Amino acid sequence: MSQSLHNPASANGQAQGVDALVLPADWRDFYALTKPRVMSLVIFTGLCGLLAAPGQIHPLIGFCAVLCIALGAGGAAALNQWWEADIDAGMKRTAARPIPAGRMRRTDARDFGIALSGASVITMGLAVHWLAAAILAVSIVYYAVVYTIWLKPRTPQNIVIGGGAGAFPPMIGWVAVTGHITLMPVLLFAIIFMWTPPHFWSLALFVQTDYAKVGIPMMPVVRGERSTRTQILVYSILLVPLAAAPWWAGTAGLLYGIAALALSLAFLALSLPVALRRAVPGDAMKPEKRMFAFSVLYLFALFAALVADRYATTFGVFA
Amino acid sequence: MTPEQEEALKRSRKGRNIALGLVLAFFVVLFYLVTFVKMQG
Repeated sequence: MSQSLHNPASANGQAQGVDALVLPADWRDFYALTKPRVMSLVIFTGLCGLLAAPGQIHPLIGFCAVLCIALGAGGAAALNQWWEADIDAGMKRTAARPIPAGRMRRTDARDFGIALSGASVITMGLAVHWLAAAILAVSIVYYAVVYTIWLKPRTPQNIVIGGGAGAFPPMIGWVAVTGHITLMPVLLFAIIFMWTPPHFWSLALFVQTDYAKVGIPMMPVVRGERSTRTQILVYSILLVPLAAAPWWAGTAGLLYGIAALALSLAFLALSLPVALRRAVPGDAMKPEKRMFAFSVLYLFALFAALVADRYATTFGVFA
Repeated sequence: MTPEQEEALKRSRKGRNIALGLVLAFFVVLFYLVTFVKMQG
């Protein structure tokens, strides 16, 4: 990380006068590079996977596992912003990020991302479990390379396939406790995998002009609004049985089953107005914004229900 | 570089150094404690 004054815009390949004297990145910029808001969902699902897993883990080792998941996610986010600095500069939503805003050199972000990613995997292996470390490494490579570098600029299915990267944390948490992969962590992975497209496309519908401007082939930009809205509905329908699958498979209890069905049906209900309408010029996109907001709440609530169910079953509240 | 810029540079560098120091200290303590837990297990 450079200590000297520099001109990050030149590192980004953007034209800027030599008078643009920029201070070295502040610690807050490095923190922002980890995408803390996205990370909160990653940490939460990872923690829930850990708490819902059968078996015991020392609280300190459990803390280490969650910390490593957070560090790995932060490292992958930093690598994502290193690679996409030019794209971020062209979008209103991301233009204020440390690199496009000119507060950080691109290479600093890359080095920070590699350091965080490497430290998270090695710490996970040494302190927790090497299988959990291997899955963490796969998830970082999946996000930083498969999704960011390969899929995102090439195909409108980017978020469908790339969504797998965000689906790993509960599996990592689970494996940190049990040491092996069973049906349940695979189901948890599948739930987030299926939830990602409607979650992301509802956002893409109201920021699609930004994506179009920078040439990212997001579904609404390439296939159009109608197709995207239909696909949101299809994924929301598929999510209903999938979210309840841990209950049907007998790996989660009644409390989870009721919560999963109620939440998924609410998710489906919110996807209906999104699927059945067409945006008009000057549209406030309220149904899309409502669905996006609920999709975040949905995942938090679903995984909270999983943990509550595990403890309710353990303490005999539910059979 | 103006005196104000120099002052801002020093502030920024100091903030980074303190943050890095705290992170390193945290990891030293964490690895120390993890070693104990691992030895007990």
